[in-house]
Amino acid sequence: MTLGSVPPRYKISIDREQCMDCGRCIENCSYGVFRREGDRIITESRKCTACMRCIAMCPRDAINLKENPVDYRSHPVWTREAREDVIRQARSGKIILSGMGNTQNHPIIFDRLLLDACQVTNPSIDPLREPMELRTYIGKKPSRLQFKKTEAGDVELETKLAPNLRLETPIMIGHMSFGAISLNAHLSMAKAVSELGTFMGTGEGGMHRKLYPYQNNLIAQVASGRFGVNVDYLERGAAIEIKIGQGAKPGIGGHLPGEKVSAEVSMTRMIPEGSDAISPAPHHDIYSIEDLVQLVRGLKEATEWKKPVFVKIAAVHNVAAIAAGIARSSADAVVIDGYRGGTGAAPKVFRDHVGIPIEVAIASVDQKLREQGVRNEVSIIASGGIRNSADLAKSIALGADAVYIGTAALIAMGCRVCGNCYRGLCPWGIATQRPDLVSRLNPEEGARQVSNLIKGWTLDLSELMGAAGINSIESMRGNRDRLRGFMLDEGLLEVLDVKTVGA
Amino acid sequence: MTLRIDAKNMHYTPLNQQIKAAVADGVKEIVLDNVLGQRFIADGLRGDDVRIVINGVPGGDLAMLMNGPTCIVHGNGEHAPGNTMNSGLLVIHGSAGDAVAHGMRGGKVYIRNNIGYRGGIHMKQYDLDARPVLVIGGTAHSFLGEYMAGGLVLVLGIGLEKSMTDRGIGSGIHGGEIIIRGEVEDHLLGVGAKKFEFTEADLERIKPEIEGFCARFGLDPTEFLDTNYTRIAPSSSRPFAGKYVWE
Repeated sequence: MTLGSVPPRYKISIDREQCMDCGRCIENCSYGVFRREGDRIITESRKCTACMRCIAMCPRDAINLKENPVDYRSHPVWTREAREDVIRQARSGKIILSGMGNTQNHPIIFDRLLLDACQVTNPSIDPLREPMELRTYIGKKPSRLQFKKTEAGDVELETKLAPNLRLETPIMIGHMSFGAISLNAHLSMAKAVSELGTFMGTGEGGMHRKLYPYQNNLIAQVASGRFGVNVDYLERGAAIEIKIGQGAKPGIGGHLPGEKVSAEVSMTRMIPEGSDAISPAPHHDIYSIEDLVQLVRGLKEATEWKKPVFVKIAAVHNVAAIAAGIARSSADAVVIDGYRGGTGAAPKVFRDHVGIPIEVAIASVDQKLREQGVRNEVSIIASGGIRNSADLAKSIALGADAVYIGTAALIAMGCRVCGNCYRGLCPWGIATQRPDLVSRLNPEEGARQVSNLIKGWTLDLSELMGAAGINSIESMRGNRDRLRGFMLDEGLLEVLDVKTVGA
Repeated sequence: MTLRIDAKNMHYTPLNQQIKAAVADGVKEIVLDNVLGQRFIADGLRGDDVRIVINGVPGGDLAMLMNGPTCIVHGNGEHAPGNTMNSGLLVIHGSAGDAVAHGMRGGKVYIRNNIGYRGGIHMKQYDLDARPVLVIGGTAHSFLGEYMAGGLVLVLGIGLEKSMTDRGIGSGIHGGEIIIRGEVEDHLLGVGAKKFEFTEADLERIKPEIEGFCARFGLDPTEFLDTNYTRIAPSSSRPFAGKYVWE
């Protein structure tokens, strides 16, 4: 008790002039900030997570939220966060668990990369008039093609092509599991990708039967916990992804808190209800790159070599060399997840301090694979902190084939990035399994919003390409000449293989 | 109808294709001769009434994701036999390597002799319909039943003074049970694993597994039908809940 309490993180106040006493804030807040006492609505700010649900639902704009309402003595080293983390650990002796992505105020490299456009010497292209080829194929490409002539004089392809995924836009939704997020969130995204002709990852919690109608646009995940993995599941997916690591927590496993392991989650994962779903740090059948080959091929054998197999790794220091190993493992794509990637729950120290930015990871992996002549063996899917169409365009120009979005899709369904996903009380019905909260997210509306977001980005991308005089995504991919670095140091420019502005 | 395949010098992909094609054609028994290191045999194979007999030493991930068939090996197994197996029976008349029955979801794996490290790791369970069983005639190396979420691991220690001498048994176990013949020293238990008394009721419960195992290998089950076992189960369903504090 000697430590006392730390100041509340947020202050919620009600403008009594505006308030019409409807009580929607009380109904909507799953954290218990609001309650009625007599004829007044009382607030308990300490419980607030800044999920903004009350503000979004208040018909009178009567609610106000202020961050850090109590000042500490300012100090450049001993920030509020540093002090509070010490207090939290001094009190508990435990690991601090956090949600959502990295909160460090590091420079964002995407924001220091600028895109090019045509002026005079070659004309820009108007996507309204000219077709923009955004269709993207994910998977192995043959290094050469062989043809033969039939007796009838026709030409036939002799080379056997590996299975590829056909994306109508280079934007997919990354793996967020059923368990971490709700069935309605899964349904919303699955409907959206089916409509758009792109794909979504199921995450490692298996595939709920209600997702079966969308299975042709789903990517099944095999992670270290092997939750929900059987041959039916693998056959349902359009592709299979082996998750080795995650950008939000490289080097450690996943952890779904028991609070979120409901009866349905327990069934798809095959673990006891209410127990923690633990994915160990390594896959215990993969202790080497040779073992990875064995798992990739094991999954391909099980599905008769009909499905592309992806391998997802966190962007870490030696990401390029690791990706080069993966390119030789029979895998069809490597997914690189940067250190700004989101998560439902991760130890704070990992979320904020382990891994490298996705921008440099894309550039160095693409470079290494090209140097070694194996770039055609694997597609590159980039994820972790892709916030808008500019990040998308820059990722492709740095060498990615496509991106996975995660947090952006959640925001499209209502998420306000409060970062309390691990508590299972998400008032937006996304990161929760509580039926009354889940029912707040209507899958039809959710699907429309997610679909709108991807359509919007796709239009942006076409315009950006047209402006740069490019009419096909292939000409954009790895086209670093169309990027310039602004306020980036020489070392970073070299790794990115991008010139400085003005050069 | 029995099909015999001479696997000598065959790559695993055509071998598996032949097996799958034969099963699709209605073949109920397939005998594979001269198997030497071919991986993934019966990987993802379906068919509750299908029987695969393997003469030789199969490679890794034998019966991986297998869903129904019976697979009998006259020889030793390699890395991760029964990996993520869904249902069916795998019998190995010998020993096997590491990660036996890794992430197994249902069915039975019987190993006559010993297994390597990480046996039964991450086994799952849903109700009683999907409850995997791993029985080991001899002993196992470290991390047996680590992170187990369900199912049964039974170690009989046949011909051994002590059934288990390696550490880390059931570390992180949060469901299921590990039953070991005789006494198990405390220091061999992993974090989150706890010893419980083995009762007559427990014996009744595992009796079919003992009998099933003995029948496969021509052993006398009466020798094992007493309460001289140690039962290891989770100390809590949330072994790591106490490790974290919210931000």
